Amino acid sequence: MLVSTSCSKSGDGEIITLDFWAFGAEGNSVREFVNGFETENPGVHVVVQNIPWTAAHEKLLTAYAGNSMPDICQLGNTWIPEFVALNAIEELDHSVDSSSTISPESYFPGIWETNLIDGNLYGIPWYVDTRVLFYRSDLLQQIGWDTPPETWDQLVEISRQLIDGGHSKYGIILPLNEWVIPTVLGMQQGSSILKEEACFGAFSDEKFLKGLDVYLQFFQNNLAPKGMTEVNNIYQGFQENTFAVYISGPWNIGEMTRRLPQSMQNAWDTAPLPALRHEDYPGLSLAGGSSLVVFRSSEHKQLAWSWIEYLSRTSAQSEFYHQTGDLPSRMESWTSLGLSDKKPTAAFFQQLKSVKNTPQVPEWEQIAMKLQQYLEYVVFGQWTSEQAMVLLDQDVNKILEKRRWLKSRD
Amino acid sequence: MSPAMFLAPALLLIAVFFFLPVLVSFLMSFTDFDIYSLANTSNARFIGFDNYKNLLSDPLFWKAMRNTLYFVFLGVPLSLLVSLGTALLLNSKLIRFMSLFRLAYFLPVVTTLVAVAVVWRYIYHPSFGLVNYFLSLIGLGTVDWLGNPKWAMLALIIMAVWKNFGYNMIIFIAGLQNIPPELYESARIDGAGKWQEFLHITLPMLMPTTIFVSIITIIGYFQLFAEPYVMTQGGPMNATLSIVLLMYQEGFRWWRMGYSAALAFVLFLILFLATLVQLRFQKRYSAV
Repeated sequence: MLVSTSCSKSGDGEIITLDFWAFGAEGNSVREFVNGFETENPGVHVVVQNIPWTAAHEKLLTAYAGNSMPDICQLGNTWIPEFVALNAIEELDHSVDSSSTISPESYFPGIWETNLIDGNLYGIPWYVDTRVLFYRSDLLQQIGWDTPPETWDQLVEISRQLIDGGHSKYGIILPLNEWVIPTVLGMQQGSSILKEEACFGAFSDEKFLKGLDVYLQFFQNNLAPKGMTEVNNIYQGFQENTFAVYISGPWNIGEMTRRLPQSMQNAWDTAPLPALRHEDYPGLSLAGGSSLVVFRSSEHKQLAWSWIEYLSRTSAQSEFYHQTGDLPSRMESWTSLGLSDKKPTAAFFQQLKSVKNTPQVPEWEQIAMKLQQYLEYVVFGQWTSEQAMVLLDQDVNKILEKRRWLKSRD
Repeated sequence: MSPAMFLAPALLLIAVFFFLPVLVSFLMSFTDFDIYSLANTSNARFIGFDNYKNLLSDPLFWKAMRNTLYFVFLGVPLSLLVSLGTALLLNSKLIRFMSLFRLAYFLPVVTTLVAVAVVWRYIYHPSFGLVNYFLSLIGLGTVDWLGNPKWAMLALIIMAVWKNFGYNMIIFIAGLQNIPPELYESARIDGAGKWQEFLHITLPMLMPTTIFVSIITIIGYFQLFAEPYVMTQGGPMNATLSIVLLMYQEGFRWWRMGYSAALAFVLFLILFLATLVQLRFQKRYSAV
């Protein structure tokens, strides 16, 4: 019996639906890839669900609690430990072993590692993210610095000269609602942040405290503004010489290009983070970005993997870069796009080879917020950094109590 | 058929969607239910009153409590004064375009808080804000309203009062219009002045309204959440962290449901006591 095609499409179950959740701008752009994938895989329908970043974490956890996860999802790579703890995402080691598109060597090692937990692979990096210096090259040139600082001492020196010479009000801005920079400085000093299998805090250890000294000197010497709202608009502050250096991520390449006037587009540049010593340059930064993960509850894991492979092709990554400005995760994509040796992305390429992940525990974000809160008290002079970090470790050890209990039970 | 049968559907709904969740979260407040327990409920431990004990020894809880009390004890009287003041003005027979003013004062109540917050962030901006501009006009120094821990809560109080007084104002106007005009007439014949009229007629006659308004305002202000959530996220230095915001952070951000549930019941207890005290007052006054 003949049935018209339009009917069979919805009725006979031949069509497989793949649910894909993506967040923010990525969620919008990724729709463009659905058609290509569906043409290559007849009978497959990809449904892209776009979720705003601010609601993403809650939404995923609620979906988990309500047993209504998608097949595949974009996941910020600091969230991976949490979803591994929930036993919600699938190991991908075997899929990678037999894949012709995806091989670990083509990814930045530091980024790849964020997806490894206890030796198992749980996600494939989709796009990458790290922090670098955004600086006013014109102001630095005025005081005789033709190249960006390679050590933190140099950055202090530059800030002093800029302020003394009246070139800018402050040297650098270090927003107090950011835990990234103090954490990075601790890592640069060799701190493991957490210790004993990430069961205790290591914030009051000497290494982390030494990192904090580097951070705090910018406030103590008035090289960085303390008030959080003094610079309400970063771009305005950057443009009006309120500060000359800002540590931020790749999204600000687009923002700076859009928000700064045309005349200023040659006046800013990016550079890798300074290190403690010249020989360590570029200094360590944070491994960030988003990975693609497959949920255990999915009934179409094979197909989900094909979708990951499709999005990981260099051609797809290039197109995705053009749409979103997100930096591609595969190094081949960088060279084919010409990003690796071109301003302002070259600094990111250099930096991404020297990145490290934060401790891989589900509690990390909670710990990071505590760190941020305690540091605020230190910056405003209520506690010394040592006092604050001892208190922080007490809090952190309390937060990690459950983790210790679970470990002891295993 | 008995009345219980007719009530059953409604009662069942309330039981399932209200009492049951309340009971479950009450039980949850005696466990350490968290992200690990979400994966596997055997990871949750029954910990007795530990959540409550930890709560009482948590400096963050006391900070949130102090902030909330500060907000309530400054915000509620201020809100009552402003709304009573505007109600009196708008009730005056001298005023023209009364409905226009009434509408204008009521508008902030119906405006979404997020939109209000965006505008007020500009108003409070340390270098370009309107508030600091006026301060500088009268020769006072500028203040980093939302960035300075000393001023941030006050800034939120001013904003909250501005946003909410219109609602109480309408209730006060209704209360004022219920006062029989004969009372004023006879007072005037007896030679009372405007101030005496206010003190001996308006204020006592408004007492039931005032108590009602203050109860709902106190309950509302104790649940301070959206203002700091949108404006400051509880910062700077937790100066604007309220109890409900702390509860939200513990529960939905860190998924520490047990702890968060304990917080919810502490807040419930406080509100319950506060309302009891006020109802006592109300009884005393309605007996007069």
